[in-house]
Amino acid sequence: MSTRIDVRTDKAATRRFPRRYVVLAAIVLTLAAMSILEMITGAGDLTSSGTIAATMVATAPIMLAALGGLWSERAGIVNIGLEGMMILGTYGAGYFGYHYGAWAGVVGAIMMGMIGGLVHAVATVVFGIDHIISGVAINIIALGAVQYLASLTFVGLPGGGSTQSPKIPNVPSITIGPLRDALGTVEKQDLFVVSEAAALLRAMVTNLSSLVLIALLALVLSYVVLWRTSFGLRLRSCGESPAAAESLGIKVMRYKFVAVLISGGMAGLGGGFLAMVASSNYRDGQTGGRGYIGLAAMIFGNWRPSGLLAGSGLFGYTETLGLRQGGTSVHALLLALAVLALAAAVWQARQGLMRAAIISGSVAVAIGALYAAIDEVPGDFTRMTPYVITLLVLAFASQRLRMPAADGQIYRKGSAG
Amino acid sequence: MSTSAPVAETATPGDLAVRLRGIGKRFPGVIANDNVNIDVRRGTIHAIVGENGAGKSTLMKILYGVQAPDSGTIEIGGRSVSLGSPADAIRAGVGMVFQHFMLADNLTVLENVVLGAEKLHGIGAAARTEILRISDAYGLDVDPDKLVEELGVGARQRIEILKVLYRGARVIILDEPTAVLVPQEVDELFGNLRELKSEGLSVIFISHKLDEVLSVADEITVIRRGTTVTTVEDPSGVTARELAELMVGSELPSPSTDASTVTDEVLLHVENLCLPSKEGRPLLDAISFDIHRGEVLGIAGVEGNGQAELVEAIMGMREHATGVVRLADLDLSTLSTRERRESGVGYIPEDRHRHGLLLDSPLWENRVLGHQGRPPSARHGLIDKGGARRDTERIIEEYDVRTPGPDVLARALSGGNQQKLIVGREMSGDPVLLIAAHPTRGVDVGAQAAIWTHIKEARKKGLAVLLISADLDELIGLSDRIEVILRGSLVGEFDPSEVTPQQLGSAMTGAGENA
Amino acid sequence: MSQERLLRLGLAISAPLLALVAAFAITSLVLIAAGDPVGEVWSTILSVPASRNFANIVNNATVLYLSGIAVAVGFRMNLFNIGVDGQYRVAAFIAAVVAGEAWLPGHLNTVLAIAAAMLAGAMWAGIAGLLRATRGVSEVISTIMLNFIATGLVAYFLRKAAVRTPGSNTLATKEIPEGSRIPNISIGDGPGQDLYGFLVIAAVVGFAYWFLLNRTRFGFDLRATGQSGTAAVASGINVRRMTIAAMLISGAVAGLVGMPILFGSAYSYGSTFQSGLGFAGIAIALLGRNNPIGIAVGALLFAYLNEQSNPLQILVGVSPDIVAITQGTIVLTVVISYEVVRRFGIRLEQQAVARALTEPPPARPSSPNEEVSA
Repeated sequence: MSTRIDVRTDKAATRRFPRRYVVLAAIVLTLAAMSILEMITGAGDLTSSGTIAATMVATAPIMLAALGGLWSERAGIVNIGLEGMMILGTYGAGYFGYHYGAWAGVVGAIMMGMIGGLVHAVATVVFGIDHIISGVAINIIALGAVQYLASLTFVGLPGGGSTQSPKIPNVPSITIGPLRDALGTVEKQDLFVVSEAAALLRAMVTNLSSLVLIALLALVLSYVVLWRTSFGLRLRSCGESPAAAESLGIKVMRYKFVAVLISGGMAGLGGGFLAMVASSNYRDGQTGGRGYIGLAAMIFGNWRPSGLLAGSGLFGYTETLGLRQGGTSVHALLLALAVLALAAAVWQARQGLMRAAIISGSVAVAIGALYAAIDEVPGDFTRMTPYVITLLVLAFASQRLRMPAADGQIYRKGSAG
Repeated sequence: MSTSAPVAETATPGDLAVRLRGIGKRFPGVIANDNVNIDVRRGTIHAIVGENGAGKSTLMKILYGVQAPDSGTIEIGGRSVSLGSPADAIRAGVGMVFQHFMLADNLTVLENVVLGAEKLHGIGAAARTEILRISDAYGLDVDPDKLVEELGVGARQRIEILKVLYRGARVIILDEPTAVLVPQEVDELFGNLRELKSEGLSVIFISHKLDEVLSVADEITVIRRGTTVTTVEDPSGVTARELAELMVGSELPSPSTDASTVTDEVLLHVENLCLPSKEGRPLLDAISFDIHRGEVLGIAGVEGNGQAELVEAIMGMREHATGVVRLADLDLSTLSTRERRESGVGYIPEDRHRHGLLLDSPLWENRVLGHQGRPPSARHGLIDKGGARRDTERIIEEYDVRTPGPDVLARALSGGNQQKLIVGREMSGDPVLLIAAHPTRGVDVGAQAAIWTHIKEARKKGLAVLLISADLDELIGLSDRIEVILRGSLVGEFDPSEVTPQQLGSAMTGAGENA
Repeated sequence: MSQERLLRLGLAISAPLLALVAAFAITSLVLIAAGDPVGEVWSTILSVPASRNFANIVNNATVLYLSGIAVAVGFRMNLFNIGVDGQYRVAAFIAAVVAGEAWLPGHLNTVLAIAAAMLAGAMWAGIAGLLRATRGVSEVISTIMLNFIATGLVAYFLRKAAVRTPGSNTLATKEIPEGSRIPNISIGDGPGQDLYGFLVIAAVVGFAYWFLLNRTRFGFDLRATGQSGTAAVASGINVRRMTIAAMLISGAVAGLVGMPILFGSAYSYGSTFQSGLGFAGIAIALLGRNNPIGIAVGALLFAYLNEQSNPLQILVGVSPDIVAITQGTIVLTVVISYEVVRRFGIRLEQQAVARALTEPPPARPSSPNEEVSA
């Protein structure tokens, strides 16, 4: 239920206010809420700088996959092949990273992802195949291809084998020592909000991988290109109304093709991130469905960069909590969820939406009861949180979601007029 | 005013914004345009009128580069041009406002306007300034930062006009621009058009609403059966009635000589049928009528005035319809579409590809469609393939469907043969009511005659027939009674043996000449 | 007529053949590019399987067949059930628990467990059907999400329900008692030469699928809705109800996917229970063109490729994963070649129709009345 509120405020707010203030306000409010939650529940690890740093590492690949989805779907091509393109990326990072160095690994990951994108583009744009079928095929092919290639290229190398690559060199990390120490002191003070903010900043200046920065840059760049350039406008018009675009002389097929290539590159980079930052080599099954989580984050984020950042952040955060002292932290979040649902109920009641308010209210009570009844949330449930949230958003807030109008439709040239 | 005079060559070439000579265009089996000659003078509103299917839209697509003509020449601003794509037309200074707007709902007005023309003023502040300038100059009242989906129809149309102006068009084509507008919006649009004219632009205005044409056009060209009939240079000297006569030609159909088979037994009783749109606007507004045994009731109306909704409401395909629909003694109002069909309603849908056929299934399966609960198509919940095939062969025989056999895919048949199959199917199972929506639209002439005969036979057999058609000849020739539908209401009843197409046309457009 | 039938049959077979040839060619190109011995790879894969391998192929194909049928039910209705994977795992787990508890004696227990599996699969798929019918949520996205939710739920409940066998650290449900297992069909002496007894049930499912879809009114409604939702509505079909029904049936069949393994070889559901069968089902349904015989051929082909590629590593030093590339490529090439062949077929048929139109159509009367008034 809480998700409904998130989506609603996001959409309303982005229209009226400059986005940066909204994002800033959201961060401060979230930190404040977390701080209160820590005080009430005594779960101390919710906002430690360690948790935040781990969250950033968990978020980046999901966000990159989501960006891949964004590029493709904004041009009207549904891409469930993101998982496969990520898988290709993990191999690319492993192979090129080992042989030619860290940055070559990054480029290799992007290139391998783009090969997946190329297959998807040829199938969906040139041959006009159903986008889902092509995506499924790419996921099958990519998995087989990297397993085949791994046996071919990693067996016999030091530390390598048919299911993993040798260790790949790291991309440089950034640490600003004095600042880290100073912020560390503040974080330990347990000051309301201030400590949380310090933890956040401390995570940003401690051993921050340059790939995290690159991922953030990719997000910002995607926003600027898609929403602030004529190239982006044309690309988005192909996803909204290809007939209108063609009636104005735009080469629809070309834009769709390029969009899917970029999509593959983004997903490939996400896979590379998994191999190089979240881990230190390519491993079989490394993506663990993150391509699909990225897709979910993009849907959660209403096909917008700010939204998909929030979605990937949320999913990355739950993943992190699940891994760190999992049970208790997620358990604490349940209380927050109950409060959010209650707030939603009150808000809906004041809007006169009684039925919705009753549903939200019951959800609040149910979650509250759950919070009281159990001591910790099993890891299995933490792991499926992103999917449950996405399903709930689709079920209850689908009227708030706005996917590109011609998304998933097969377009043939000459349909204008 | 002579109906056969060639286009007058009074204007000097430099005076002409558009000059079309001998334009011809044929599609397989259809001649859409034949020897079309039109002169549009600079700074005028030039209306092109004609019946549905007279070839107006094809002509305009040719002028906008969407389709290439088979013959003829196009001159724009005195220079001969060849238009291979919309981009060519835009470059030549021609802009078009399509009947179905070409706008992306989830983009802002500004984004829609600058799309494809970003080189002119970018996509930022300069573009916004330019849009506001054009908006002010022509009184278009456009807010560049709104999302298109938040806007009404009138505003969307002004954006389409602005799109055209933004690209520097000197000739603007509007295809049926008033079809979707309410009267106030029509007045506003005409205000905008006069504004454009005073700035020296030329407007080509396509319509079949004659009163509107007369109120706004400086010159009127009439098209009939794909060719230009005449150009009226002084609209003040002509009446809507005279224009209608030019549109339909002098060959008015002779009144039906069939003996009336109408009885006084009511088979279909419709009372106070209402259907709200999603926004709460009435699509159907308190419609009531009866059809008797052996009677054909024709519904005349300009497309989009509620005909499709009326049919779907009677068929039970519209969830929110209210009112009474009774077939003989049976109240259909609460029944599902299938139950209605099985209680004796045959239905020839308006769009046979979307609603009437499974294009990728064999003919015998198409025979089953809509009859999947009844013999000979089905028995005890099972599909009776043998029975369906035999009955399909009967239909092929009786209705003269040209096909090698019942196993051919429906897609492979020509439109006329597809339609004959549908008529045959809907006439099986002993219906008491036949609903025929545009039964001869897009079919070849042979099939058209055959379908007409079948409808007459149905009437003779004692069916009640509800006939919807845009072809006034067809309505007058087949109906025992004609009702006119306008904005979801029945606004006038006519006797086909006395009414002329002109009278019908006036009533259909709400011209205030109700008989 | 028979000649035309022959032509149509030829067209129907040429599409998958074309797809296979293309997929094999692409795989060969990959092998060449990687410097692997193409000839030896194919000669290993295309060698005649030994009796033991044959049993494996048929058994694997039985499982894949059910998965293909489950997907095909959705396809016939134009629904994309990507969730067969999650559906069969939820179902297999529940069936394993029910069968392990053995509330009923002997084969009554088996029947109960299989019914529970079908119900579980149907319910799990039904969520997606309900969301699609009532909230317009794309079944593609919802079934993907449901797959992962299924993974989490099954893992959790497996830990709750598992019995730990001493000396092993795999989690598994209680073993199914001997009397409730489905006997295997032996095709030779020695171990590994048994066919799943469930093969018979799979064949029955295939027949039921064919009968339901092609012979019943319900099946007609389902196919009509899949072909054209608008025409279905006009013919009086309740599309919403059909959406839910199709997902329920698809899910129920998906529930059977794990049953041959459960009752024929594994006898319990554990963390190592075979996964990924749902995605193979998509490929197989596409390859078999949703036709029960075609799906059987497709399932056998996939099982054959899987089995025959196993010794590649040992014999020629090539990773058997190469066949995954072949299988994935088949999905793409099969869709493309069916489209190409379909267009060709329509053109042929239109020509046949044109030939049938030998008589000229009657002249057009100038008005609708002329025929009668003249």
